[in-house]
Amino acid sequence: MYVAVKGGERAIENSLALLASQRRGDPQVPELTLQQIREQMRLAVDRVMTEGSVYDEDLAALALKQAAGDTLEAVFLLRAYRATLPRLGYTQAIDTAQMQLARRVSATFKDLPGGQLLGPTYDYTQRLLDFSLAAAAEPPVAPESPMEVEAAAVPRVMDLLAAEGLIEVCQPREGDPAPADLTRDPLHFPADRPTRLQNLARGDEGFLLALGYSTQRGYAHSHPFAAEIRFGRVEIEIEPDELGFAVSIGDIDVTECQMVNQFAGSATELPRFTRGYGLCFGHCERKAMAMALVDRALCAAELGEDVVAPAQMPEFVLSHSDSLEASGFVAHLKLPHYVDFQAELELLRRMRSRDIATAAEAA
Amino acid sequence: MNAPDRSALAPAAYASTWETNFNFAYLDERSKRMIRRAILKAVAIPGYQVPFGSREMPLPYGWGTGGIQVTASIIGPDDVLKVIDQGADDTVNAVNIRRFFQRTTGVRTTESTAAATVIQTRHRIPEVPLSAHQILVYQVPVPEPLQRLEPREVETRRMHGLSEYGLMHVKFYEDIARYGHIVTTYDYPVMVDGRYLMSPSPIPAFDNPKMHMNPALQLFGAGREKRIYAVPPHTAVESLAFDDYPFAPQRWDAVCAICAAADSFLDEVITDDRGGRMHVCSDTDYCRTRQAAAP
Repeated sequence: MYVAVKGGERAIENSLALLASQRRGDPQVPELTLQQIREQMRLAVDRVMTEGSVYDEDLAALALKQAAGDTLEAVFLLRAYRATLPRLGYTQAIDTAQMQLARRVSATFKDLPGGQLLGPTYDYTQRLLDFSLAAAAEPPVAPESPMEVEAAAVPRVMDLLAAEGLIEVCQPREGDPAPADLTRDPLHFPADRPTRLQNLARGDEGFLLALGYSTQRGYAHSHPFAAEIRFGRVEIEIEPDELGFAVSIGDIDVTECQMVNQFAGSATELPRFTRGYGLCFGHCERKAMAMALVDRALCAAELGEDVVAPAQMPEFVLSHSDSLEASGFVAHLKLPHYVDFQAELELLRRMRSRDIATAAEAA
Repeated sequence: MNAPDRSALAPAAYASTWETNFNFAYLDERSKRMIRRAILKAVAIPGYQVPFGSREMPLPYGWGTGGIQVTASIIGPDDVLKVIDQGADDTVNAVNIRRFFQRTTGVRTTESTAAATVIQTRHRIPEVPLSAHQILVYQVPVPEPLQRLEPREVETRRMHGLSEYGLMHVKFYEDIARYGHIVTTYDYPVMVDGRYLMSPSPIPAFDNPKMHMNPALQLFGAGREKRIYAVPPHTAVESLAFDDYPFAPQRWDAVCAICAAADSFLDEVITDDRGGRMHVCSDTDYCRTRQAAAP
C-alpha cells in the first residue's frame, strides 16, 4: 500500500537516539574523556584542528568524541561551530624561524645551522604492532634532550638558499594588499597564491596526499626536495588598534614544510630553485608535505610551465579540496530524488515506446 | 482566510523550544546583512549569480545550506514557514530543515502553501499559484547552468558576460540529433529577463512555466558553490528551446490515484513486486487540500 516516508519527524528523533547510544557503545566500558582524546589521540586532534580551521584542542577533542572518531565528521562539527564565532581581529604573521623546535629535518643538507633534530616521529618505528599497548602499563618516560635546544632562532634552510640568491624570492611587494579571507569571501578564479595556500591549509589530507603523489608519478613532476620540515611551538601576536604594538596572546604548535623544486629561469633571469610551502596546526607532517607539493604544482602557470596535469589546475584542485563540500555533496545523493528520477523515467518510457512504434511500422 | 486548518499550523509549543543559545535564525547579524546585500544585488540583476561568503552551516553542504542561509537572512518572527522536499512536507530532509528553523527562530510553520509567507523548497514549485506576499527559496546544488558543459568558472563567467550561450544550444541540438528531442528533464535551463541563462535548480521541466511572471519573489541559494541569484516578481522566464523543437515538459497518461488531479506532477509509487504501481501527487499539500474539498 501507499506508505512513502511519512513520520519523518519520529524517524529523525529515533535515529538521533540510536546514534547517541551507538556512539557511547557498551555502557559497561568507561566513557572516554576529552582529556584522554586530547592527550592520547593527539594526531587526530591536530588533523581536526587543521582542517577545521580552529586551534582549540578541547573543542577538537569534543568534536572527535561526538563524531565517534570520524575525522571528517569532526571537522564538520568544528567548522559549523567556527562559523558562529565573532571575528575579533587578525594576528601578525607567525615567524617560524623563531619556532621552539621539537623536530626539524632537512633532506637537502647533511648538517646545517641549528642541526637536525629527529624529535618524535613514526618514521623509524618499524610498524610492528606493539601488543604491550593492549594492556595498561607504566607511562613511558621521555628522554632528556642530549643537546641543549637553544631558544635562539634557528634559520630556515630556505633563508640560507635565499641569501645566495639561489631560490625565488617570495617577499610581499610594497603596497601588497592584505590576503583575502576565504572563510569570509568566496573563492574566485584566478586565485592568487595566498588564497590558494589558505584553501590547501583547510583542504582534505587524503585529497592533497593523492594529488601530491600524482605529481611524483609523472603528472606535473617538479623534482621536489624536502628542504626542511619543522614542528614546534610559535608565538601568536596581535596588534590591537588602541595599542599600536604587538602583544603575545599565546603559543600554538605548527608543522611547516618547505619544498625546494626544479629551477626556473628565462632569458632575462638567472635560473633559480622554486618553492612549495605547507603549514598545518599541530603535528601534521604528511599533510604539510602534500600541501607543499600541490602548492608548487599550482604555481605552474605563473612560472611559465605547461599546465597539463590535474595538480596544476587551480580550478580542479581548489574547488575539490574541501572535505565538507565534497562529503556533503556526495552524501546528498542519499536525499530523495523522486521527482527528478520520475522525470527521467517518464522520458525514457516515452523514448522507448516511440522506438517500438517506429520499429512496428517498419516491420 | 477561513479559520486556519488545525493540521496546517505547527503547535504553539514549538515556540517554547526556541534555542536561545544561538542568534535568531542561527546566523549572526553581520552574516545575515552580507547575505541580504547579495540578495539585493541578485534581485537587481535577475538571473545573475552573485558570489557570497557562504557560511558553514550545521547541515551538510548539498543538503540545502544555500536555501537555509537565504531563509535565515530574510525570515522574521512574524513569518510563517513552509519547507518542502520533492513537493512533500514530511520527507526527512524537509522535516529536518523545518526543525532547524523551529529550534533557531521559533516561527510558526505550516504545510499549507497559501498560509506560508516563506517557502523553502528542494526540487519542486508548489502547484498552487503563489502570491505577491510570498517568497519562494530554492535550494540549489549547482548554480552554474553551463557547468556540465564547461567546468571552468573563468570560462563560464565570460560566457555570461557576453551572453554567449551557444554551448547550451549545441547541447540541445545534439540531443535532438541523437534522440529526436531534448533529453533534459529537470534542471532545465531558462533565460531570465532575456539576459542571463539560469539554472532553475533541479525542479522538473514541468515546473518551469510556473516561474514565468510569478508574482512571488523567487530566491536561489547555493551554499557549497557560494552563489545567490533571484527572479524578481513579474519577470519573464523562458525555457530554452528551438522554434521547430519547442519546450515540452513531461506529461502523464495517469491521474493522481488519491485526489484524481490531472494537472499536478505525479510521483510513481511501486506497490508490489509484480509490476503494480500507482501515481500520486508529489505536492502533498495540494493533494491533501483536494481530498478535503472533494465531496
